[in-house]
Amino acid sequence: MNEFIQHTINGLALGSIYALVALGYTMVFGVLQLINFAHGDIFMMGSFIGLYFIRYAVPNIEPSLGSALLVIVVAMIGSAILGVIIEKFAYRPLRKAPRINILITAIGVSLFLEYGGQLVFGASPQFFPDILPRKMIDIGGDIILDSNQITIFVVSFVLMLILQYLVFKTQFGRAMRAISHSLETANLIGINVNKVILITFVIGSSLAGAAGVLYGVAYPKIDPLLGLLPGLKAFIAAVLGGIGNITGAVIGALLLGLSETYVAGYLSSTYRDALAFVILILVLLLRPAGLLGTKKIEKV
Amino acid sequence: MKMMLKAILLSCVLVVIGCQNKNDTIVIGNFGSMTGAEATFGISTRDGIILAVEEWNKNGGLLGKQIELKAYDNQGKPEEARLSVEKLINIDNAVAVLGEVASTRSLAGAPVAQQYKVPMISPSSTNPMVTQKGDYIFRVCFIDPFQGQVMAKFAWNSLKLKKAAVFVDSKSDYSVGLAKYFKETFTALGGEIVGDEKYTSGDVDFKAQLTNLKSKQPEFIFVPGYYTEVGLIARQAREQGLKVPLLGGDGWDSDKLFEIGGEHVNGSYFSNHYTTQDPRPEVGAFIKNYQARFGSVPNALAASGYDAARILFEAIKGVNSVEGPKIRDALAQTKNFQGVTGVITINENRDATKSAVVLQVQGKDFKFVETVNP
Repeated sequence: MNEFIQHTINGLALGSIYALVALGYTMVFGVLQLINFAHGDIFMMGSFIGLYFIRYAVPNIEPSLGSALLVIVVAMIGSAILGVIIEKFAYRPLRKAPRINILITAIGVSLFLEYGGQLVFGASPQFFPDILPRKMIDIGGDIILDSNQITIFVVSFVLMLILQYLVFKTQFGRAMRAISHSLETANLIGINVNKVILITFVIGSSLAGAAGVLYGVAYPKIDPLLGLLPGLKAFIAAVLGGIGNITGAVIGALLLGLSETYVAGYLSSTYRDALAFVILILVLLLRPAGLLGTKKIEKV
Repeated sequence: MKMMLKAILLSCVLVVIGCQNKNDTIVIGNFGSMTGAEATFGISTRDGIILAVEEWNKNGGLLGKQIELKAYDNQGKPEEARLSVEKLINIDNAVAVLGEVASTRSLAGAPVAQQYKVPMISPSSTNPMVTQKGDYIFRVCFIDPFQGQVMAKFAWNSLKLKKAAVFVDSKSDYSVGLAKYFKETFTALGGEIVGDEKYTSGDVDFKAQLTNLKSKQPEFIFVPGYYTEVGLIARQAREQGLKVPLLGGDGWDSDKLFEIGGEHVNGSYFSNHYTTQDPRPEVGAFIKNYQARFGSVPNALAASGYDAARILFEAIKGVNSVEGPKIRDALAQTKNFQGVTGVITINENRDATKSAVVLQVQGKDFKFVETVNP
């Protein structure tokens, strides 16, 4: 039983990182019906922006909540700028082109970031310094709660709440939802479509940047291909929850994190990555709209 | 299609033959992982070889010619390792090949060297299967059956621990082999294996397996992996409240181990090929020269690379020839070579018989604990 609780805690922490990445996927898909394959690599760039910021701007950073937040904010800004550049130069020129063109462009951007990253950062793994003070809290029965896990969980949760507010309570959110219903109509009624899409990329990319730093804190080994697997898994999480649906993405990500940890704990770690893809296949076969997706999807 | 391939191959071969200026230098090949998760392995080994080459060249070279080292990076990938050996032999005309560190990649490269009858010496691959690939494949280090024994005996006799858990990289020939021999010896001594978990190289999350191991209450965990994963495992083990010492093999030897694992790796033990605290004069001289040339203290992989290169040069000098079969025969005769990593004798299986040391991690330094003889 104790083991089960420990697995659950670890799974939720892993899932909340996936959730931040999954939100970016689901938002861009909701607005543009585009699977932004470069999203996992923006997540990777977030890690590296954080790492290089620490290394060159604040090399003697003391581990504290404040310094962690500072690094997260810097990574979010850096990733947001990257997201804007990608949208302006890679996706916007293709807005009127068939959807397959923009999809393939996304794959191209992804490969560009991965292998360009190897050129710039080197292919060897680098080590993310400790920027959070760490405490292991024994909550009885030999179950350990890591203060980092709490921080990751809380930061993810707060960012999701902010997002939820943005999308459903603000003028911008309404414009975004209008575009997701029909881009042309939104344009006709005077919504500045390009601006809204740009902001969508800003938000999605900055969430991925935050996730990148949190990932570096949790698993301090980062390399330019790091975005590949978490990116795919976050995508699966978004599909599992119902792509285009914010709550769905979060629930899907937490479920995926949990099931991965249970599989590694009770079966074999060899099947951990396979599981994610089995879930993808099952969802597509049995419930293509995802867990929370219905015919009238509440699109973002 | 086949004809075309053949034509292209033929023209490649012709170009290569045409461009060779054969008699200037003796080319020695090296392949290793100079980038990737085991980058320090390849770089250290290469630097050790470079030191040996430069020393020999300063003293007049080999057979009256200068030695030229060609080193290729395989990024830690077995398929690249295989290609590197192909390139070294067919394009660079290497007379012999030195490499690899990781057994999986030595196993990938060895069949190529064997096929072309070019001697290959692995400086530090310990899986027994490596030299079984053929009679042109040698190594200058001990093998895993011995290394597994060393750590099992050390845990049982010196640390007096009775309950072990093993945590194995199921994708690495080295890790799987070493764990097997460790378990055999430890249970034969009377010890108990209470937990057995697996991971895959490249993983970053080990918490689920560590949670399971913790519930089995082992007195120590044997982790025969490579330093990147071991550092992360040590970190996460402590985070999960698993405070028992970790034990491992020569795959831990890298200053990155402490960089990744931090204080969490302190106090753990691993077996290795040599120690910088060895009082023999050749060891002191090697450390001094290496530091002067590369600015860091050489690890065991650098020392093994240095020994492998020197044994090869001695063999070539001895037979006064660069023909593969002759070098092979000379290598097989190597006896009592005074290496930095110990006194090396090549046995009938083309493996080296020599002692191992047990080291304890203390920050960036490894403290010598004991020597175990075969």
